[in-house]
This record gives sequence, C-alpha cells and structure tokens, in this order.
Amino acid sequence: MPKINYIIDKENTQTIEVANGLTVMEGAVQNDVPGIDADCGGGMACATCHVYVTEEWFDKLPKKEDGEEDMLDMAFEPKKNSRLSCQLIVSDELDGLTVSMPSRQG
Amino acid sequence: MIKTDTLIIGAGPVGLFCVHQLGIIGLKCEVVDNLDKIGGQCIELYPDKPIYDIPAVPECTGEELTNNLIEQIKAFKTKFHLNERVEEIKKVEKKWITKTNKGTEFESSSIIIAAGVGSFEPRKFPTKEIEKYEGKEILYSIKDKTVFKDKTICIFGGGDSALDWAIELSNTSKVILVHRRDDFRAMQASIDKANKLKKEGKIEIYTKYQLDSVQGKEKVESISIRHDDKTIKEIKTDYVLGFFGLIMKLGPIAEWGLNLDKKTVPVNTESFETNKEGIFAIGDICSYPGKLKLILSGFHEGALAARGCFKYAKPDEKYRFEFTTSSKTVKERLGVKE
Repeated sequence: MPKINYIIDKENTQTIEVANGLTVMEGAVQNDVPGIDADCGGGMACATCHVYVTEEWFDKLPKKEDGEEDMLDMAFEPKKNSRLSCQLIVSDELDGLTVSMPSRQG
Repeated sequence: MIKTDTLIIGAGPVGLFCVHQLGIIGLKCEVVDNLDKIGGQCIELYPDKPIYDIPAVPECTGEELTNNLIEQIKAFKTKFHLNERVEEIKKVEKKWITKTNKGTEFESSSIIIAAGVGSFEPRKFPTKEIEKYEGKEILYSIKDKTVFKDKTICIFGGGDSALDWAIELSNTSKVILVHRRDDFRAMQASIDKANKLKKEGKIEIYTKYQLDSVQGKEKVESISIRHDDKTIKEIKTDYVLGFFGLIMKLGPIAEWGLNLDKKTVPVNTESFETNKEGIFAIGDICSYPGKLKLILSGFHEGALAARGCFKYAKPDEKYRFEFTTSSKTVKERLGVKE
C-alpha cells in the first residue's frame, strides 16, 4: 500500500499506509492524523483539508482543477505549494508523498 | 420567552425537512440559524452547484433544493430566527430553555441540533498580532459603509464580496485591492468592471500579494504586503477589509455537556437522541456507526428524530404512524384541499 507522510509539526511526522483510491484527506481523517479538518467531507467546498506539498512532489501531482484553486483563496496561509488533500487521490505513483499541515485550518 | 414543542438549531436542508416531519405529526417548532438566510451549507457553500443524489430529483442546485424545501413546509408557517446563534441551553424541570446571542429565549420540550459542522463565521487573516485592530480598522464584513468615506481602504480577497465592495467603495474612498493570485473567481462582469476602474486610476490592484504585517500604535496606520517572490510593499491605509468567505465553527455546542467525538455528536440510531434526554442531533453534526454525510441521510435522521420528540411534547398521547397519502389529519396539517 502506498505510504503517505504527514508532517504534523517540526517534531512529529506520521507515516500512514493509505489504500489506492482513497484521498490524502481520508487517509488522515480515518487514522486520526491531527491538522486536517475536512469540514465539508471532501466536497471542495471548505478549504479545511489544506496541506503544503513538498517541493519534489508538487509537480508530480495531477494539476489542480479551477474549483480547487478558488477554494485555496479561502485557505489559511495559502502558498504556491498548497493543495486541498481531498483532491489528492492515492495511487502507487504517490507512494512516499509528503505533505505538511498549515498552523491552523481557519 | 417563546414556547414551542421543538427548537431546531440550523436551517440547512436537514433542519428544513425536519420542520416538515414535525409538522405532519402535529408538533410545532421554531428554527434558529446564525446565517442571514435559510439553507445552510447549500446556500452558503454551493448555491449554484449541482447536486445529483437527492432521491427522485436527478439534478438540482443548492439554491433550488433550499427553495423546494421551503415550499414544502410553507403550510406550517414556521418562524425562523436568522442571524442568531444559540449560546446556552439549560434544563428547567422538564423543559429546555435556550438562549441566543441576541437574547431571544425559547422554552421547548426537545431540541434538535441540525447544525452541520457548526455556525458560519468569517475567515480571518492568518497574520499574527492583529487581534487588537480586528473589529475596528480590520473588518470582515461591512455594516455601515459611510465610515469609509474619503478614507483609504485595503480590500483582500478574490471573490464576489471583495470585488463588489472594491467597486462600490471606489465611489467614495481610495480603494486598493489585494489578492493572492492573478485570477479572480468572481462574476466576469465584476472582474471587467474592476479592471476598467484600475485603468481609469480609480482602484489600485495588487495580485500575488498577501498580508504580511500591520503597523500602527492605537490604530492601523499602514500595512505590509508580501509578493510571492518575497518582496515587501508598504501601503498607508485607514481600513483593512478581508473577504475570505466563511468557515464553520462548532462554537458553543461544545459546552452543552453533550458527548463529542471530534466535532460530531454521537447519537442512537433509533431516534437520533444524544446523551442528553430530549436533545437530538441530525445531519452532518451527528455520528453513529456507518454515518454518511449525505443530505438524504439527514432527511431520514430528521424523520426519526421528529418521532422521538413526540413523547416529550405529548407525553400523554400515543404516536400513531400515518401516511401523508391517506391521512386526513396530515393533509389538514399540510393545508391540502381535497
């Protein structure tokens, strides 16, 4: 199963095996990884599953849809490498993906 | 003190359909919601986006769904208390007393919490140490636009609210619009208008900038904005307005003594009652094994919670199940003429 690294803060990183087909958001929520709220449940409607993707991964990910960029306008401290984790679907290609959490979700 | 059988907290689709289910079994209810309009997430987050999984409705928007639900409960003439947030609840003998932030008080034999993920509140700037200016020169909504006359205003955001206010206030104020990227997600007509005003020198627009810091002793004197390439620009301004939409906060619900599992309220699946007798939770806010956050699940939950409220409202009566198709009483309640 692909492994996803969730950097929670400077000291804590959790590596979780997430089944293909689930989203990076679901991998966090189902395993009680703190820092991802996902208030809307994955509908690209709330921007509370916001993560930063490490540089080496950012260009390898499928491009953002318009709706995702629009929602990122609402996110807490959006940066160039911001993504909504509900839009990142886990596959073998994403094995080793590393994401970090913003200091808050809103 | 308003007396009713059931108080519903939350005017989203699930709360609205629950009004119907209470109404057809003869219970009265009133509804409180912190938004200024009926419809909850459907109207706030996706009024014009299509929904495809409402049974027997192949496609509808959040707004259409809301309007149809309002139509469906018209006969009950339900009172909605909008722009009000429930702050506290307490039990006095067998009744629940509920108080809102506007001071409205309710007495009911049951409460149904259909509050989604909590109440909607404006998203704030992530910038540190700006709390002392918030509510004074840093604002997230506009109550009285006359205070901005002949002042300099920095507006942050890229949606309709940011652009509409930038355009409107440019008539009487110096407006600087700041957004984190080049694209705006507002109506094309507003984007065109803002660009036109920029050309005419009536609005300044800075894109790929975000708020970096705020300077000023007693009040805001200037702000620094940071470009994606890390360069900083200082702007003298009187007011700073942020329009980043709304976020849902659980708020006071967390303090009512209800069991909580993360941000949800565990319920039994027989009546969707919580650990507190007479308090029910339905829709996104409730949790139980197998819970799906679907509107259709919320409708089912509301139907059962309404029946659960019956014994509290009419302890001496026995609830009798009836179909809307065949029950004369139900049809009367619905105001159907035969």
